[in-house]
Amino acid sequence: MNTDETKSFCTTGIDASCRVPLLALFGGAALWLVLGLGLGLAAAMSFHAPDMFAGCACLTYGHAQAAANDLLLYGFAIPATLGVMLWIFARLSQAPLALPIVPVVAANIWHLGVLIGTAAILMGDSSGYTWLEYPRVAAVLLFAAFMLIAVSAAATMGFRRDRSLYPSHWFLFAALLWFAWAYSTANLFLISGHPPRGVVQAIIGWWFANNLVFVWLALTGIGIAFYFLPKFAGKPLASSGLTLFAFLTLILFGAWCGIPRSAPAPAWLPATSTFAAMLSLIPVLAIAMVSWKTVGSAGFSLGGGPFGFIKFGTLSFVLSAVLYIGEFCPRHSLVTDFTWYNFGVTQWQLLGFAGMILCGAIYHILPRVMEKELPFPKFAKWSFFVFAIGALVYVIPLLIGGTEQGLKLRDAKNVAFADAGAAALMFFRISTTGQILLLLGSLLLLLNILVMTMQWKLGLLKTAIAAVKAPLETSDALRPDQGEVKS
Amino acid sequence: MKTGLSVFLVSFVALGASWLGLVYGPLKQLGGAKQTVILQSSDNWPQQRTGEATLGLQVYRANGCAACHTEQVRQTGVANEIVLTSLGSNNAVDFKEFIKSLMIVPELLNDSNTIVGNLDPWNGQPPVTLYSGQDSAVVATLADKLKPAGVKTESRIVATGADIDRGWGLRQSVAADYLYDQPVQLGSLRAGPDLTMIGLREPDMNWQLQHLYAPRSLVKDSTMPAFRYLFEVRKIGDKPAPDALVLPKEFAPTDGMEVTPTTEARQLAAYLMSLKANAPLYEAPFTPVTAAK
Repeated sequence: MNTDETKSFCTTGIDASCRVPLLALFGGAALWLVLGLGLGLAAAMSFHAPDMFAGCACLTYGHAQAAANDLLLYGFAIPATLGVMLWIFARLSQAPLALPIVPVVAANIWHLGVLIGTAAILMGDSSGYTWLEYPRVAAVLLFAAFMLIAVSAAATMGFRRDRSLYPSHWFLFAALLWFAWAYSTANLFLISGHPPRGVVQAIIGWWFANNLVFVWLALTGIGIAFYFLPKFAGKPLASSGLTLFAFLTLILFGAWCGIPRSAPAPAWLPATSTFAAMLSLIPVLAIAMVSWKTVGSAGFSLGGGPFGFIKFGTLSFVLSAVLYIGEFCPRHSLVTDFTWYNFGVTQWQLLGFAGMILCGAIYHILPRVMEKELPFPKFAKWSFFVFAIGALVYVIPLLIGGTEQGLKLRDAKNVAFADAGAAALMFFRISTTGQILLLLGSLLLLLNILVMTMQWKLGLLKTAIAAVKAPLETSDALRPDQGEVKS
Repeated sequence: MKTGLSVFLVSFVALGASWLGLVYGPLKQLGGAKQTVILQSSDNWPQQRTGEATLGLQVYRANGCAACHTEQVRQTGVANEIVLTSLGSNNAVDFKEFIKSLMIVPELLNDSNTIVGNLDPWNGQPPVTLYSGQDSAVVATLADKLKPAGVKTESRIVATGADIDRGWGLRQSVAADYLYDQPVQLGSLRAGPDLTMIGLREPDMNWQLQHLYAPRSLVKDSTMPAFRYLFEVRKIGDKPAPDALVLPKEFAPTDGMEVTPTTEARQLAAYLMSLKANAPLYEAPFTPVTAAK
């Protein structure tokens, strides 16, 4: 279906309806990405020169790393995903975005929430729960903003001309419910005034983290990839039946992962998660097969540009999901739990998978909604290689170092704790290079979006000034029509 | 999947099921948990922290200490141990012969090589571990057979695993340990050591404070950031403050200055000192070591 959709005569109108909401979502997201990677780099410095921030509370590892992780997820991945989702829904519906002002307002509320949350973490007001560090105010803002955007997205989907649903619809629409439910549950239980006693807090935290970082990112990332892969490859999505199977098994099994093997909780909980994790291999393999069949021979030609991003992201999904599932294997987890390995897998999910797919989508969507070329098209091309190499150099040493650290930690009789840490430290320090590359890539993205926004605003201003200056002519010429905005 | 409603319903059922299983289920099972009784004791576990330590948990949270430290210990199994504590009137050589003669007992037959082997490097002075392994029948039988011979033995259950070997805990962490933590911060990375039992491993308040101020003054090559912002460097008044840190020269401030902990530092140290998961529980049994090992 989405191969036909380009034939539509009103694509320009559809794209233009997304312009302001998408600029608001993408612009903020790119800024948070840069800040998040920058803070991550500051956090990593603790392992190069431990005393670097000894006098500065807000940049010590515990503060900066939590803020950086949340910026990557809440600051970058989620708003960027929502923007791409709105555009995909409008395109698939062959209709302009419904309630376009709502996502603009919501985007600003969302970014305000992220700003408050980040400031709170840096000032030591973190809630102490992983992925839920933001204080109540910020959480309420994020939730409200998400619901507003969800309304706009659902309405756009509801107005679709072709009543049948495309696979991306399943994934992305399910993701709307997923975040709303998981985020509200976790915040109501943990950030409200009366959290449950004891280790239940940690269990709810694991459930939430899994449903957000694994399932939600998979739903949205694959939903987006399944829209773009057929488009770029120039043929329809390989197998609708297999895609449906992948979707159903992903939401059925994926949602039950998340409780680590080591959890100090009743044994049935980690056992259930292990079982679910093994079953989650099914949707991952199905997704790999569908993507492979769709892309076919174009699979390995890694040119830059959006196609490269999306292909890299899809491959990253499959690999990171397999590694993530590995965390729940009984034997494997004895080595990898509590090491840099799990940290590396999460970073891969966030940057290598979601980050790559989102960057590709943004680079593809932006020129269309703005109706003009990117200001620095070369940057877009470079940023693919910078990002891809950065992600690999960042994550692979963490995975190797983590495994090495885990093996040494297990050998309590022969290896001192400090030596196990030192073994991983070398790899960790290599991975910092990757962080620098990623930061560079994100700067290229931010620059493109920022300059584009400035140009657009200047254009608006020029039109407005021209309209004011214009002598009393016919009233038609005074109206700053959206079509004239491209200066 | 023809309509939006069907997608919604399917997702609702899928996520709802996992919510029931992994959120509602644990809430029902553990949400109303109360203190438990420590094995072979009438004391309850865990105890509420007292003032300073309770506030220290919040300092621990605010500084994100859980980003690098876990508070959970894993255990791979338990071993049943029997230790000879006194020979009584017997001598070591006779005892060894006696043990060898016992190896025809059916319960001991499988492990005879291990048991005899354990005594090979023995210097003849108790205590010595006669058996340490999975089979509780071996321990029971040995205790039973050795008792009439006039030697004293001690049978105990010990937790096994790398974390236990590192001395981070005496047993695995269980749900009950975190009853009074708010928030519960289990941690997921061991860039630094596990802290489950740090209050027993480093029971000196001054050690904790100095370690927070200058980690490398106590642990060479430590990667822990120095938390100097939790301390105050000030001019020495008429006489040095009683709580000023005693620092080695290279970490000390310039002459005439002293380092004193802020309230936050003292609270954090009090919290660390309160971390002592040393109670044997029904779900995580072990025998506390009282006799000399």
